[in-house]
Amino acid sequence: MASTLAPRPAPAATTEKELRAGRRPLLNRLLSRPELGSLIGAVAVFAVFFALAPTFRQGDSFATVLYAASVVGIMAVGVALLMIGGEFDLSAGVAVVTAALTAGMAGYYLNLNVWAAAGISLLVALAIGFANGAILVRTKLPSFLVTLSMFLMLQGLNIAVTKLVTGSVSGPNISDMDGYESARAVFASSVPVPVLGGVRITVIWWLVFVAAATWVLMRTRVGNWIFAVGGNAESARAVGVPVTRVKIGLFMTVGFFAWFSGMHLLTASGRQQSGEGVGMELLYIMAAVVGGCLLTGGFGSVIGAAIGAFIYGMTTMGIVYAGWDNNWVMFFVGAMLLLAVVVNAWVRRQASKR
Amino acid sequence: MTDTTPRSTADTEGAAGTAGAAGGGADAPLLELRGVGKSFGNIRALSGVDLRVGAGEVTCILGDNGAGKSTLIKILAGLHAPTAGSYRVDGEEVAFASPRDALDRGIATVYQDLAMVPLMPVWRNFFLGSEILRKVGPFSRLDVAAMRRITDEELKKMGIDLPDIDAPVANLSGGQKQVVAIARAVYFGARVLILDEPTAALGVKQSGVVLKYVSAAREAGLGVVFITHNPHHAYMVGDHFVILRLGETELDAPRAELTLGDLTHHMAGGAELDALEHELARSEGPDGGPAVPHPTAPADGPA
Ligand SMILES: Nc1ncnc2c1ncn2[C@@H]1O[C@H](COP(=O)(O)OP(=O)(O)OP(=O)(O)O)[C@@H](O)[C@H]1O
Ligand SMILES: [Mg+2]
Repeated sequence: MASTLAPRPAPAATTEKELRAGRRPLLNRLLSRPELGSLIGAVAVFAVFFALAPTFRQGDSFATVLYAASVVGIMAVGVALLMIGGEFDLSAGVAVVTAALTAGMAGYYLNLNVWAAAGISLLVALAIGFANGAILVRTKLPSFLVTLSMFLMLQGLNIAVTKLVTGSVSGPNISDMDGYESARAVFASSVPVPVLGGVRITVIWWLVFVAAATWVLMRTRVGNWIFAVGGNAESARAVGVPVTRVKIGLFMTVGFFAWFSGMHLLTASGRQQSGEGVGMELLYIMAAVVGGCLLTGGFGSVIGAAIGAFIYGMTTMGIVYAGWDNNWVMFFVGAMLLLAVVVNAWVRRQASKR
Repeated sequence: MTDTTPRSTADTEGAAGTAGAAGGGADAPLLELRGVGKSFGNIRALSGVDLRVGAGEVTCILGDNGAGKSTLIKILAGLHAPTAGSYRVDGEEVAFASPRDALDRGIATVYQDLAMVPLMPVWRNFFLGSEILRKVGPFSRLDVAAMRRITDEELKKMGIDLPDIDAPVANLSGGQKQVVAIARAVYFGARVLILDEPTAALGVKQSGVVLKYVSAAREAGLGVVFITHNPHHAYMVGDHFVILRLGETELDAPRAELTLGDLTHHMAGGAELDALEHELARSEGPDGGPAVPHPTAPADGPA
């Protein structure tokens, strides 16, 4: 500020630079962060339920909120990366169930160790991601159409194949099979945490995945490429970015997280229902968008998506703790989404206005 | 006009092949196109174009809008595969699958649309596709500090000093974007620099800097392909001039065979202009016969 008042004849270039840089203050840098809007939203939602619902203030309730957030949040990591890369995946919700059913049926009917069944399930989940990506880059169709088709096909396959194999709508119970206990320990156990009590292990995994994905996105070459293919695929290709591989890799990353989530579902109860998962894909997208990811790609953050999932967890559980009718949950989630989108757009305009 | 490059011999397979190899031999040009054609569906953007880009030589490509200049350089850059003819680098036939292959051979390009990602910071755009990496255990991470420093240095050399290298490219002015794209190509173009209308949005000072860079690149032994609509810029730095018209080579001549006047004449439409001039001269009456059909003509008329 002081330098603006005192005109110095010193080296013109550096002075000009200092002056101009001074006009981009900390606030502006903050405003240009994608997750800012969701952070404010998270604080507000937290404050509301903290004030209205006494149960919400207890440590073990908070652990439950975190668990609800992690179930959506783990998938939102992959979905956010994909969205920053310019695409989205409507088949992500049912792919989770496909992964769980595959592991359950492969383990039970082939009499495999649960870990071997998990390996088969992983291959299937990655193959689904690969198919989504490969069809997309081959046909150049929008991801909406490609993944909508995949969504419908998987939804049908989940129920039809399960019925064909097991004769009922639920997968087999694998809870007494070899390797189940260790798989359960990895995917669905609880770990003691001070204050909060028992925290579901998915919460820990969620945080690990968010940290890893953020590092990849911000500090590696692949991360640079993800932003580039989402921001302008043609330009990225023109300077040598392997656009096709990045896009397919992103769909396969969603496949990986679908596998992980599927293994959680399966090992949490030992049995998977075939009709689940429908509608979840929109919650993942919701979390990513609330967290500041642009639906058009090229902008966003994984931390933002995590905050979006956290808001979702607080809202769903907070309404229960506040003793309100559970049927209001989706209304509030929808209202949150609308508000977040409007606020995010406004923040971005402020940031680019300077 | 009577050029040394053997045209239309490409049809006779065997003979042309051996002749080409013999011709290419020791003193092969950096880049060479022979009988190159490119069609987009049923639009023929290029046909039968020959081009040689030598080391330490500036090749200017000129022509009307839609003549096929950008299509030509996109073939050189590996962005388009030609639908006919052959492309050789150092006398060896290549089929670039992506611009990465061209960049790996030191061929860097400034595209007319600049090929930048608007929402990404300046330094990330500068190094996009050619990031500097540093090993951290089994992983390699971006060397952010080095990339930011180099970006800042290279931009300063081009005469622009951005207040914030982290600002998204979308926030820069058109000319600043162009300078970033040029600085990037200059930095990565180890052997060949391809510039598609690099001075179109630039101020006088920055245009001067770009022309100096072009000439410095030539001094350093690089091959430069320079596309412009400005004959003065072209003549200032060009060693070799190629004029495209409707996707075909209209003129291919070294500097020695041309004056600035000839070049301007050709660029302005050449033979067509002669005809036009003739027509105008006749309709204007007996006294309006000067060779310049330009703003001076009406002034002469009433006198
Ligand atoms: N991707 C494409 N698909 C279809 N047609 C194309 C494509 N790219 C170029 N063309 C066509 O090829 C022709 C040559 O275009 P090009 O961009 O090479 O012209 P140019 O000489 O660079 O023109 P300008 O001076 O305006 O930049 C035009 O008729 C254009 O419409
Ligand atoms: Mg062009």
